[in-house]
Amino acid sequence: MSIHVAPGAPLSRRVRTLAAAGAIVAGVALAIGGRAVAQQTQDFSKIEIDAVEVRPNVYMLVGAGGNTTIQFGDEGVMVIDTQFAPMADKILRSIRQIAGNRPIRYVVNTHVHGDHIGGNEPIAKAGRTRAGGNVVGDLGAGATSSAAIIAHENVLNRLSMPAAGEAPVVFGAWPTETFANDKKEMLFNGEAVQIIHEPSAHTDGDSLVFFRKSDVVATGDLFTTIMYPFIDEANGGSINGYVNGLNAILDITVASNVNEGGTMVIPGHGRLGDEQDVIEYRDMVTIVRDRIREYVKRGLTLEQVKAKKPTLDFDPRYDMPNARRTPEQFVEVVYKQLSAEKAKSGTAARPQNRNQNQNKTKGSGQ
Amino acid sequence: MHRGIHVIVRALIVVTIAAVAAPAFAQADMSGVWQPRYDEDQPERIPGPELVDYLGLPITDAARQFAESWDPSRITLPEEQCRVHVSPYIYRGPMNLRVWEERDPKTQQLIALKHYISTYEQTRTIYMDGRPHPGPNAAHTWMGFSTGRYEGDMLVVETTHLKQGWVRRNGLPMSDQAHMTEYFVRNGDLMTHTFILFDPVYLSEPLIKSQDFTRSVRELADQTWLWVCEPVVEIADRPAGEVPAYMPGENPFLDEFARRHQIPMIAVMGGAQTMYPEFQKVVQQAPKPAPLPPPQPGSARVRGGGQTETTPPAPRGGQTPQQGR
Repeated sequence: MSIHVAPGAPLSRRVRTLAAAGAIVAGVALAIGGRAVAQQTQDFSKIEIDAVEVRPNVYMLVGAGGNTTIQFGDEGVMVIDTQFAPMADKILRSIRQIAGNRPIRYVVNTHVHGDHIGGNEPIAKAGRTRAGGNVVGDLGAGATSSAAIIAHENVLNRLSMPAAGEAPVVFGAWPTETFANDKKEMLFNGEAVQIIHEPSAHTDGDSLVFFRKSDVVATGDLFTTIMYPFIDEANGGSINGYVNGLNAILDITVASNVNEGGTMVIPGHGRLGDEQDVIEYRDMVTIVRDRIREYVKRGLTLEQVKAKKPTLDFDPRYDMPNARRTPEQFVEVVYKQLSAEKAKSGTAARPQNRNQNQNKTKGSGQ
Repeated sequence: MHRGIHVIVRALIVVTIAAVAAPAFAQADMSGVWQPRYDEDQPERIPGPELVDYLGLPITDAARQFAESWDPSRITLPEEQCRVHVSPYIYRGPMNLRVWEERDPKTQQLIALKHYISTYEQTRTIYMDGRPHPGPNAAHTWMGFSTGRYEGDMLVVETTHLKQGWVRRNGLPMSDQAHMTEYFVRNGDLMTHTFILFDPVYLSEPLIKSQDFTRSVRELADQTWLWVCEPVVEIADRPAGEVPAYMPGENPFLDEFARRHQIPMIAVMGGAQTMYPEFQKVVQQAPKPAPLPPPQPGSARVRGGGQTETTPPAPRGGQTPQQGR
């Protein structure tokens, strides 16, 4: 493991490179395939954890799969997402090195995919939740034998009722505490933690986790710095919900010193970011969505839309060599959803602004 | 061919810079207050470049589509109004530059050089103590992470971890994958800053630029160092989440620069080939675009270069070129 104590601090370049390569390959090639994607093709033994200090009490752990966030203090450790199962020991080792022997109290899942929940069971079992009174009386000592696993209830729904052909996920990895509304709030280690649900975005069970005092938001796959959005239709995702999710992140973030720093943003995959990085990504996703919406409105077929290359300006940045989702696949799912939107409403474009130039695309964040 | 020429050009630049640098018996002290020479590429500095002017820039097709789709109205979005120019671009703007050294008080060894850039109130640190650059998962910043070394009296700076920014502020992007090598040379009260920008996303070949600074013998007034930016809602009825952009290939100003200046479109669209001398033959043989329609008397209209036409041409698309910013 390498730990970024501060920018520029001496680190093992080799280890960092390994971690970065592992994160990109595993994160892109495996993560975006869905929760049932197995890890047979990945040699996890060669991947180390790159621990990046975000705040003195908040770290981003980059390994294989989605990024893990930890927040720690007097009350214990909160772990956001757990990567793939084979990474669990390395994550736990990192947590111990950073947070000492503080108990892991909570595991939070930002969504249902296997590269974010894979280590749920071993990491939760390494911790213990707080319980007493009737709970312990009813359940015995086992009531506190592992950390609680928190997620939106749609995560539990998807895990407990896998679609046909999907491998079931072990019971021990399922959320033990779910919420059905727009958010769950708690005070942990002296700071307000808001787990905010974004409906029908990357999936239908996405959550942002906002540490209000630390001023850090962990986004799950609602924001990445290394690839096009994966709109997981099979798990309830949608392009419009995804754009809404990005704008919801921007509603949370406040930049300092002219659009830099301030609220720090830990993406589902990729490097540490801030508001400006989310703006760039939001702009890209919105522009591509609006272009395709305009083409759908004009009656173009999918092949005609692809021929227009609506992602050309972003492909060298977000078309990763190992990604299972190509730009064409991103275009396909957006085209499909906006075509359905058009069929449903009679038009794929919202009403034009009175000052709107016909050559422009101006989409709302709907 | 281009790569070979590039290598030669780059080598010549480095040799030239080294040749004009002072002898290496002492490191040049670049501390002080510096001001840019605004007469160098003046349209780039004050009014801003015209739209769809990509002449001489080794941009990729992706960069070209990005820029053609870029609507200047983007900078009216509150979240974009205080967008800082990245270090590969900010030195070419209107600015004042203060340079000072940070030394270890116990050893007086040089830790870092500091640049305070008045534009957007940016403080840039150039570490001189040999520390490595951060890892690949560290955050990126407008100024990036810079380390420097002296080669004789020439300061050489390597910068990584840059945010996405502009190659030109008419929509030509620089990606957050870019990195930069700079050469600072002082000759008396003149400082020459040359840089080579590498961007695997939006440049097909490295981009080399230079600019000069004059040392100010007087401290400047306090407020000349400030650049307070507070975003406001400029368009009240804009729907939340809107990102203004033109459809690919449908920018109504696509040929405005070419027509105004009677430059063939093949030249204004840029690309590595437009950097090299032999491209002059291509330009000479390429058809010139039709001139803009004759101006109609009436309201004033801002021209590229920040000048005002008293008898403007008919409005095209209902917008004016990008304002200086």
